[in-house]
Amino acid sequence: MALSTARQPATGARAKPGRSGKPRESRLRRQEGLAGYVFLSPWLLGLMAITAFPMLFSLYLSFTNYDVLASWDQVEWVGLDNYRRMFTEDPSYWHAVQVTLTYALIAVPLKLAAALGVALLLNRERRGVGLFRSLFYLPSLLGGSVALALVWRAMFSGDGAFNDLLAFFGIHGEPWVNDPAWALETLMVLAIWQFGAPMVIFLAGLKQVPTELYEAAAVDGAGKFRQFWNVTLPMLSPVIFFNLVLETINGFQGFTSAFVISNGTGGPVYSTLLYTLHIYNEGFTEFRMGYASALSWVFLIAIGLITVVFFTTGRFWVHYSDGDD
Amino acid sequence: MTVQAGTVTGGGSSGALRAVGRVVVLVAILGFVLYPLLWMLGSSLKSPTEVASNLSVIPTEPTWANYPDGWSYIKGISFGRFFTNSLVIALATVVANGVSCLVTAYAFARLHFRGRRVWFAVMIATLLLPSHVLIIPQYVLFNYFGWIDTPLPLIVPKLLATEAFFVFLMVQFMRGIPRELDQAAKIDGCSPYGVFRYVILPLSRPALVTTAIFSFIWTWNDFFTQLVYLPSPSSYTVPIGLRLFIDSSGQTSLGPMFAMSVLSLAPVFLFFLAFQRMLVEGINTSGLKG
Repeated sequence: MALSTARQPATGARAKPGRSGKPRESRLRRQEGLAGYVFLSPWLLGLMAITAFPMLFSLYLSFTNYDVLASWDQVEWVGLDNYRRMFTEDPSYWHAVQVTLTYALIAVPLKLAAALGVALLLNRERRGVGLFRSLFYLPSLLGGSVALALVWRAMFSGDGAFNDLLAFFGIHGEPWVNDPAWALETLMVLAIWQFGAPMVIFLAGLKQVPTELYEAAAVDGAGKFRQFWNVTLPMLSPVIFFNLVLETINGFQGFTSAFVISNGTGGPVYSTLLYTLHIYNEGFTEFRMGYASALSWVFLIAIGLITVVFFTTGRFWVHYSDGDD
Repeated sequence: MTVQAGTVTGGGSSGALRAVGRVVVLVAILGFVLYPLLWMLGSSLKSPTEVASNLSVIPTEPTWANYPDGWSYIKGISFGRFFTNSLVIALATVVANGVSCLVTAYAFARLHFRGRRVWFAVMIATLLLPSHVLIIPQYVLFNYFGWIDTPLPLIVPKLLATEAFFVFLMVQFMRGIPRELDQAAKIDGCSPYGVFRYVILPLSRPALVTTAIFSFIWTWNDFFTQLVYLPSPSSYTVPIGLRLFIDSSGQTSLGPMFAMSVLSLAPVFLFFLAFQRMLVEGINTSGLKG
């Protein structure tokens, strides 16, 4: 796809123009090498000071009982205590893991399915596509805000608009956000409501599928469903993969909606205690920063493993039509 | 497309029927998408008694009272303060991201230096690094500097190109600028700095605009980092100020809450109106064309 077009100018135009004199070229090259690091220096500094050092530091903290209120000489090395506590003694830990996995495993596929479905519908339209596309995208722009989480909270409260709608059909609704059985589902609906961003990406991917393939499939007698299954899906698989990785990682990092809807508690009864919320509560309301660091590191390793699993399994189902092989 | 055209003409009225069906489904989805937004807008204009029973989008007796009520809802501090704080942080982030990411992207996209591939791979890896993992040690660090309750922890990291997403976006964009332009400038005696100043900088305008818009919107909507670094009410931003509405239950606060929610989204919505094409295309250029 566009992959190769982006790369071409980079490699193609590197034919060395200055072959005339060797010393001059190496001097230019040295100058360029130096300039490279000059331009890179802010990023390098950021990498060291804002990313790498804090990561190592938090690894160290995860083996201590550090809390931000105590002075440094009160910090004790506690070995693997934090990790042991996490897996065996902290009741909310496994709740957080369960809630986060449920949230990601249900909301992400549904969101992507909605995105793909709407993209397929829009792809057939000829007029008004731009308007629909923009309006469908709007929730992705606004949905992560505190304002929308507040709206959701009001809409799905016991006497909220959603129950009014149900009452119209004679159904007596639940107090959704205050019901442990339903609070997480309202968060999922909020996530799925923001299907616009992956939809726009799917739509761009669909535009790249060559129409000849459909023609060839139709000649071979493939119906609409077979065309979708054997042409659209494989051709779209790189885009599906991209959206899946991105949305899963985003899904694991959901925070704002859970925080606002549960007023920071992760309640009712742990039902909206996303992992990030657990980290926040341990670190910034309980001030157990050593323990929160341990939580963060397990989180990081989990996300890393999931990414690795995606990229290794992706080889079997992601189809690149670049003609690399 | 030809195949579809074939089936439409072949199917005759059933094809037309299907097209109508598609539009109906799309409009229904549009209703689901827009209802929460319209409901928020409508509820912000409802009186306290009406806001309680509330499925309708249109208020029967529209009132503006919720807006001034919400503006001064929090005792001692008006929402104006929160808006100013948010604006300062968002604008500073826009500038910081623009400058630092552009400079970094130029190094990755155009300059040849030792270790470039490795650093580029590291940059891509940080793209997937969850910010929640770094928040504890960063907090300890910024606390040590005495930066808590100032905008510095929110702005200084951006000066150091920590938003890898924008670096990546700009690298992708710069790869599309013809190399012949660099070479022409070099033949005319430009150093790598000159090439940056006279070729890359002026041609990177579209990528800079995209970065600026997304930086603004994301910072404006950001909650997590602002919640952590801005603990006292006088330094609150709009999202943190809005949070105060959670604690207060009851009908009297519902209207003002909707009013301030609408106001908090207004800048983002205006950006959307002004740059909708760019925003929608922007998310395409970033990820896919790589």
